Amino acid sequence: MASDDIWILGIYMTKFGKHPNLDTVDLAAEAAMAAMSDAQVSVRDIGVLAAGNLMSPGGGIGQQLQKQIGQTGIPVYNVANACATGATALRTAIMAVKAGECDMGLAVGVEKLAGAGLLGGGGRAKSDHNVYEPHGRYGAVATIDGRIGTETMPGVFAQIGMEYGHRYGGASFEMFARISEKNHSHSTLNPLAAYSKRMSLEQIMGDVMIAYPNTRPMCSANCDGAAAAVVVSGAKLKTLGPDQQRRAVKVSASILTTDPWEEACQVLPDVNTLTRNAAQQAYAQAGVAPEDLDLVELHDCFATAELVHYDNLMLCAPGEAVPFFESGATWRDGSKPVNVSGGLQSKGHPIAATGIANIWEVCHHLRGEAGDRQIPDAKVGLAHVIGLGSACGVHILERSAA
Amino acid sequence: MGQQVPLVDYLVLGDRPHLVARQCDACGARFFDRRNACASCAQTEFTGVDVPTEGELRTFTIVAYAAPGVPVPFVAGVVDCDGTSVRGNVINVTPDPEHVRTGMKVQLATYVVGTDDEGTEAVGFGFEPVEVD
Repeated sequence: MASDDIWILGIYMTKFGKHPNLDTVDLAAEAAMAAMSDAQVSVRDIGVLAAGNLMSPGGGIGQQLQKQIGQTGIPVYNVANACATGATALRTAIMAVKAGECDMGLAVGVEKLAGAGLLGGGGRAKSDHNVYEPHGRYGAVATIDGRIGTETMPGVFAQIGMEYGHRYGGASFEMFARISEKNHSHSTLNPLAAYSKRMSLEQIMGDVMIAYPNTRPMCSANCDGAAAAVVVSGAKLKTLGPDQQRRAVKVSASILTTDPWEEACQVLPDVNTLTRNAAQQAYAQAGVAPEDLDLVELHDCFATAELVHYDNLMLCAPGEAVPFFESGATWRDGSKPVNVSGGLQSKGHPIAATGIANIWEVCHHLRGEAGDRQIPDAKVGLAHVIGLGSACGVHILERSAA
Repeated sequence: MGQQVPLVDYLVLGDRPHLVARQCDACGARFFDRRNACASCAQTEFTGVDVPTEGELRTFTIVAYAAPGVPVPFVAGVVDCDGTSVRGNVINVTPDPEHVRTGMKVQLATYVVGTDDEGTEAVGFGFEPVEVD
């Protein structure tokens, strides 16, 4: 192992779902303590902490976590990058280690989101004395959500999938529902998933319509959860025990991108360009090709999103995402298993935890510790998240040679 | 009869309602709200331009579940108005997948959104199907 390589030494995700008796700090602490235990290190070994939490008031989750598990005076970076927050926390810890500021870092993402309902949308409330006055960046005299398009996440991502279908054809309501059927099937093998009940195509298509073509089970599941990872430099790893070296997972690429300007990107978010850019950079950095990937955890915040990311991550030829999916490739027994955890639709999407939880899933397979859902002999995996605004994180992970 | 005001400042009312955009003088990128510099090329001069009122529906969703106070269902979409992408609702159409399809020709239409306490009407816009003979 090269001294300047970065490795995941320990990693953990909590059960996703409802945790009514645990608060944000409790969940973050469970994940952090377990990740350090998995790494066989203590909080005194950690030189930097990067922490993310989006939806809880108060802020400063990193320092709150320190007060729960150990105040050692190390630098803390509280990060926020929408749904890419967890990946951003991980990348922040990686950058600190890579820069030589310390040889070990901890990244944590946590969210309490069970029962949160529809995200995005809404507007300002009417005042008692109602006289139209222009307000805000569009000089709006009244709420524009619902009048000039939709701000809701299911609606935005529905349009992203439908646009792909318009460009390339073949993307029907049923096809999108089949993507969800796959992920709900995969999660039956994941005891940590928020939902682990298989759903039939008929159940999925017949469920409550949220924003056509996304029905409720085709939307990411709001839930509570946390995930944490310990990263270590190659130089430090060489000094650690054989068991730590054997279970360490190499971070072959760690990339974060934002969306470059494209026509229409400020009208409907362009989640494609920045994902493709991140993937290209990640493949180059890792010296890995899409064909080399044994599994992929990608950001299926909605069934309509998963489709476009097959293409963006170059798992298929440009424009071929529909036939690629219909070939069965992305089922767990296919040639390119995608979201064997159940994905955001079934495993759940506690926003700031997601970008580390998907790394956990990949690491689990690369270590050969994924139990019933193990992808046999997995050597290389990719984890992808995107947060609207936008930020995209892509990590490529490889099994230890030790 | 009260006055009318546009729902947003980039909607121009009158005999021929239309949208206006701020166009970058250097690269032609268009924005519907203010920019200090162009997001595409970073130049700083802009000129107001009229946006074509006819276009093609590039994508849509039929929103069935929205924030409180937002009437559903409605069709939200993106219209390609001869190279300028515009966010808007598809209106004057039955909101189901049989009546709305990507690629359909649409045109700008206005409607009264509401009336304030002084009798002023707010006028919004959407895109309605162009009847093809």
